[in-house]
Amino acid sequence: MIEFNLNKRSGVAPYQQIVQQVCHALRLGFLEVDDQLPTVKEVVGAIAINPNTVLKAYKELEHLGLVAARPGVGTFVIKTLSDDSLAAHGPLRQELKRWLGKARQAGLDEESIEALFRDVLWSTSAEGAA
Amino acid sequence: MSAVLEASGLGKRYGHKWALSECTLAISSGKVVGLVGPNGAGKTTLLQLSVGLLRPDAGSIAVLGGHPGTGPVQLSRVGFVAPDTPTYSGLSIRDHLWLGAMMNPSWDGKLAESRIDKLGLDPSQKAGKLSGGQRAQLALTMAVAKRPQLLLLDEPVASLDPLARREFLQGLMEVVAEHGASVILSSHLVGDLERVCDYLVVLVDSRVRVAGDIDELLACHYLLTGPRRDHGDLPSDEHVVSESHTDKQSTFVVRTDGPILDPSWSVEQLDLEDLVLAYMAHAIEQDRRPKLEVHS
Repeated sequence: MIEFNLNKRSGVAPYQQIVQQVCHALRLGFLEVDDQLPTVKEVVGAIAINPNTVLKAYKELEHLGLVAARPGVGTFVIKTLSDDSLAAHGPLRQELKRWLGKARQAGLDEESIEALFRDVLWSTSAEGAA
Repeated sequence: MSAVLEASGLGKRYGHKWALSECTLAISSGKVVGLVGPNGAGKTTLLQLSVGLLRPDAGSIAVLGGHPGTGPVQLSRVGFVAPDTPTYSGLSIRDHLWLGAMMNPSWDGKLAESRIDKLGLDPSQKAGKLSGGQRAQLALTMAVAKRPQLLLLDEPVASLDPLARREFLQGLMEVVAEHGASVILSSHLVGDLERVCDYLVVLVDSRVRVAGDIDELLACHYLLTGPRRDHGDLPSDEHVVSESHTDKQSTFVVRTDGPILDPSWSVEQLDLEDLVLAYMAHAIEQDRRPKLEVHS
């Protein structure tokens, strides 16, 4: 089961944050087909948000074809966003951890690491597109 | 009729002073309404008119289609938690639940007991010995166990610490999710309401300044910053909520359904807190303005 958390300062609407967190979990393989999402009551009991916000997020996920509501039972994952590349995640994660270790040793803080990563990501994807 | 609260020209007067005036609202069912405003704005008056603790001096109010406070049926449909969540300090939790069962025809004993159990409270404990957060939870339990269609809460979390506040709102949202009750809760702190409410009513100086679905309100309000200019220079469909000026710069909060076309503005979206503060500041400015001033 997945747990949600809300970031008040992200500027992203709360329902959108829930949608993103589900997509994220699907992409990383934390959620798989037939897994159940927490019920609306469980979510609001855990993070004190309006039930309609959760319903709106689940509707959006349904609309995206990722989950389906089974009346009286709950909401279940029907499609995953991870693919064959999931098997490569483990080794890549290890390498990334090693790289992060080096970055920290070199004195980069979290923000610098993120900025560097994004910058390289964008510049390489721009090269790829060109 | 699906409106939980309909007020038209509603007013309440204490002596010469109107505590609430010209209040017109139509709130549909299933909402969690945040009633915001500074102290003394009329929040408590509006809530007490809704429960039937007060009678209007002007206009009319209908709650769940009926007149507030008239007869046992109307009373059983509305739950009310007064400020600081009062309980009987000399009575145990068990006594409270027994009282609730005796006094409310629609009492849901199972719901009450399971809530107390889930909170980890000892039923034999006297309410006077409970912490503020626990007392608030007991008061909430009493209000929800009568299974109301509308739950009115007057500053329920004002005196609680942040953790107890969060736990109280979690409990409240669980009730909404499970039983579908509509809720109106008042607070002078917007932060408390931001996550849980989907409808906002801002009261300032006994008047409703703005009311509407929070998503819609956020979508049609903008913060504009740019070179100094007068509010008369703005397009007519941009309604000015608040404004401030320096020698060279002007800042406006405007409400408009259309896009902001003027490229000289830097345009930002507001969060709920900024939006509420803009309406409060606007009201204060209006009061300070000389009454006879004419705007060209």
